[in-house]
Amino acid sequence: MGTKIGYTFIQSNRAWLPKALVLWIMGMAFISMSIYRGMDEENKIRRKEVLGSMCDQRARMLQDQFNVTVNHVHALTILVSTFHYFKNPSALDQDTFAEYTTRTAFERPLLSGVAYAPRVVDAQREQFERQHGMTITTMKSEPSPIRDEYAPVMFYQEPMSHVKSLDMMSGEEDRENILRARATGKAVLTRPFRLLGSHHLGVVLTFPVYKSKLPPRSTVEERIKATAGYIGGPFDVESLVENLLGQLAGNQAILVNVYDMTNASDPLIMYGDQNQDGDMSLLHESELDFGDSFRKHKMICRQVRLVSGYILYGAAIHIVKVEDDFHKMQELKVRAEAADVAKSQFLATVSHEIRTPMNGILGMLALLLDTDLSSTQRDYAQTAQICGKALIALINEVLDRAKIEARKLELEAVLFNLRAILDDVLSLFSEKSRNKGIEFTERGHIFVKVHLAERTMVKTDAKDETLLNGGTEEGVCRSGTGQFNTLSGLEAADGRNSWDKFKHLIDAEGFQSNASIINMMASNGGSEDVTLMVCVEDTGIGIPLSAQERVFMPFMQADSSTSRHYGGTGIGLSISKCLVELMRGQISFVSRPQVGSTFSFTAVFGKCKEYVFEDIKQSKSEDLPPGFKGLKAVVVDEKPVRAAVTQYHLNRLGIMVKMSSSIKDASSTAKNGLTSSEDKFQPDIILVEKDCWISGEDSGFNAQLLDWKPNGHVFKLPKLILLATNISKDECDKAKAGGFADTVIMKPLRASMIAACLQQVLSTENKRQAGRGVPNGSSFHQGLLRGKKILVVDDNGVNRMVAAGALKKFGATVECAASAKAALDKLQSPHCFDACFMDIQMPEMDGFEATRRIRQMESKANEQMMNGGSSVDGTAKRDELHLPILAMTADVIHATFDECLKCGMDGYVSKPFEEENLYRELAKFFKSKPLSAFIKMRQGPGAFELVILGLKLIERFSWNQSLSLPQEPHSWVRVPLLGLD
Amino acid sequence: MDVVSQLQKQFIDFSSSLYREGYVDDQFSQLHKLQDESSPDFVVEVASLFFDDAEKLINSMARALEQPCVDFKQVDSHVHQLKGSSSSIGALRVKNVCIAFRSFCDAQNREGCMRCLQQVSHEYTMLKSKLQTLFRMEQQILAAGGSVPLE
Repeated sequence: MGTKIGYTFIQSNRAWLPKALVLWIMGMAFISMSIYRGMDEENKIRRKEVLGSMCDQRARMLQDQFNVTVNHVHALTILVSTFHYFKNPSALDQDTFAEYTTRTAFERPLLSGVAYAPRVVDAQREQFERQHGMTITTMKSEPSPIRDEYAPVMFYQEPMSHVKSLDMMSGEEDRENILRARATGKAVLTRPFRLLGSHHLGVVLTFPVYKSKLPPRSTVEERIKATAGYIGGPFDVESLVENLLGQLAGNQAILVNVYDMTNASDPLIMYGDQNQDGDMSLLHESELDFGDSFRKHKMICRQVRLVSGYILYGAAIHIVKVEDDFHKMQELKVRAEAADVAKSQFLATVSHEIRTPMNGILGMLALLLDTDLSSTQRDYAQTAQICGKALIALINEVLDRAKIEARKLELEAVLFNLRAILDDVLSLFSEKSRNKGIEFTERGHIFVKVHLAERTMVKTDAKDETLLNGGTEEGVCRSGTGQFNTLSGLEAADGRNSWDKFKHLIDAEGFQSNASIINMMASNGGSEDVTLMVCVEDTGIGIPLSAQERVFMPFMQADSSTSRHYGGTGIGLSISKCLVELMRGQISFVSRPQVGSTFSFTAVFGKCKEYVFEDIKQSKSEDLPPGFKGLKAVVVDEKPVRAAVTQYHLNRLGIMVKMSSSIKDASSTAKNGLTSSEDKFQPDIILVEKDCWISGEDSGFNAQLLDWKPNGHVFKLPKLILLATNISKDECDKAKAGGFADTVIMKPLRASMIAACLQQVLSTENKRQAGRGVPNGSSFHQGLLRGKKILVVDDNGVNRMVAAGALKKFGATVECAASAKAALDKLQSPHCFDACFMDIQMPEMDGFEATRRIRQMESKANEQMMNGGSSVDGTAKRDELHLPILAMTADVIHATFDECLKCGMDGYVSKPFEEENLYRELAKFFKSKPLSAFIKMRQGPGAFELVILGLKLIERFSWNQSLSLPQEPHSWVRVPLLGLD
Repeated sequence: MDVVSQLQKQFIDFSSSLYREGYVDDQFSQLHKLQDESSPDFVVEVASLFFDDAEKLINSMARALEQPCVDFKQVDSHVHQLKGSSSSIGALRVKNVCIAFRSFCDAQNREGCMRCLQQVSHEYTMLKSKLQTLFRMEQQILAAGGSVPLE
């Protein structure tokens, strides 16, 4: 058949092939059969066991119920004898009996009813009939023929009313029963027969009632003589047992038969269908003892023959159930996910809702603090204010996180200046670090560096280092004291930031060598993206190994005590992670307990294409006042690294710097400057590190200073400036007395801060010069909007006026509209407005709606233009009407950018106006030179997020520091910058 | 000449006290930046517009709060207006009260609103008298032939 025809062995035996096939099939069938049997045999044993236990269980249950019933009927007999015979007159009548039996029916679960029939001998018949107003009848409802004695039913339970006045002795089974019962004095059962009324198969239970108490060992005659009547009731075995078994599980799988086995050769069926199909091979018998010793009962259980069908049915039911469950689970999963989203939204909403009243609370607290308060009151109010601020900060964090989770956080590509941002980060932190007493010296460090991630692209180690605060080389110089090759000399978790590299950078003296950087940019010009890597290294307690896995999980801190010791909620790093991932970067860390941690992250930025390199200088001169160019300064610091930092910042301001390691050197330099003509370095400023000053104080610094000053008669005296990380009031006074009347500059250093201080110091002489040097932001921006016509829409007159004033400042012609309707009138095309500022919250029609209508009008006009066919496609497209509309809103959250965009707005500015903000938005629409920035983030978040990220990272370390360095904690931050500037 | 510098000094002291005591904030100085030759009286104009505006708003708030059945929405919209104006001109204290006021409006707390109304009108009166003094000093300096110092 399917056998492939070959040419060798198979070919030669082809005649045998069909036979071989038949043989094969038979063989396989036999094997299958034997396997089946083997399996079936096992199965059978198991089934038998199961059947046995099920059968026994049923038998036991039936028997128990039966016995309970019998016992209760026994109790009834005692009731009747007690209240009917021992009491005179009888305390029992039909109503009482019926009520009692009905109410106690639950005690006799297997009995469909009970009835009492007194023993009436023929002589008493007439009297009895008269007394009870009834005629004794037979089972066939005929007046009873005369007999020796009767047992007419006198009391009965409600459902048994059909037996009223029936003579129980007239029925064959009942008569037999009665006789047997009164002779034995025990409960007796009839054989199974069709019951009167229901025609179900059943048995009748009969109990004798005695007139008098019988002795314990009474004879049969005594008992018969004492018999007063009989209590009996039918067991409707068929329906009751059915009911009972129905309560048990798995009753469909077996067949139950109950037999009366009194006559062993002729078992009488009591329950179950004799002819029902059953698996005769598998049956189990259980003995039943119903309390009647004369009668024997037996329960026989068999497996239903169609058990496999039943199993299939069961399996199908099970599958359906599982599938239903699955669907239910799926639905629940969807609901759970929806709940999760709802949770985020709820968090965001609630947080936002909390913010509004919190602002009120804080506002009131601020007002309260302005009033006259006792010191205690002030303390309370201040505490409340601090707590409120902490709460707001927390809410903001939660909002951030919720926003990120809800994918609401979108990245905006903006131009930024990395150095300016890092400067800002530092300035935000200087306050915090000063409050905590963390300063930047030899006892540890915090180190931030930013460089290009792909070093291979950078031929030189082109990092432009911005040293934000003085470090020290001490650790390295003091060799042999177990120090490490890091900047502070302390061991760091990540050994890659070695001192050697840093020294190399200082040696290169290439802080501002733009040429090499431009070269690098050029060589790097092929790629569009720039990946920056930011590392933050600290020394301190580090992160316990056990907690390192959880560091990026929200609300997880190293352990529960972290929050108590260092504050924070544990959400910062998880937000950082989200942000970094949004910026297509990665965040990671290396941490060693008791050594410190190094966090690093990468982020991908786009390069600003249209940027012209020459603008770098311009932009730089724009953020830093140029008035200091050509000044000369001497920095007195014994620690070269720290001095290099100071020098770097001064260089940025265009100040020429000489370094000297002690005051002596410095003063001699200055003197030389005065006397010798070849070295013309005449300092305008002398900056002295506080440490040097303190150490030099004893060695007659003041004298030197005084010695030096008179020599300055020809030139202006150099200004003396003290550089300090922290300074007490005493020291400050002393410094002033010691000649530093001019100023003290607090570290960490920032170019802008130095500029401000210098300006202050120098202002007495060259006020004008300096004044001119200060960049005038508004004049810089002036002319941006010259000739542009702008419509301002706001219902608030004051706001309108201020906005108009601000826009006029940029050279624009401004028109105002007090309502959205008025604005729409003004904007009927053709109009001559170049932009529109729209308030969002206005009565009648809000800004969103107004914008929508304006856009509708525009699109209509555009269509007409197209239909007019006056212009070619290309130009038509370009000429399409689209008025830039900027939302003005005080509440940035309410009017999210999304909402603004959705209704056709182009951007928003927050109220009250800030010049920078306004300018930035406007600049987008009226193309002008970019501001001071050189990298355009493509997929990165706004520069602000980078700042925040940096803050989060540094924050992490500032507390690390505080524990490990309890006495005079020092550390220092260095922020080297990307070498593009 | 002496008079002018004295006046200038007074002016500087007074105006810095306004900042220090929180009557005005940075926005007010932003406003000054907007003033130039083309609009020499910009600040005064804005301020007087603000005063008119604020007075009207405060009166309507008071009226609305006197009603047996207070329409808090209406009160809130007035407060919102006032908050907008005050933040525009940099009236810090008025703005702060407005923020609290709005939260009372949200909570439909009449008593709190009444308290805030009193406060807001108090702050407003204070601010008005302070600013009027400031402007008068400016006028004096100009009249004496000096120039108004920028901070």
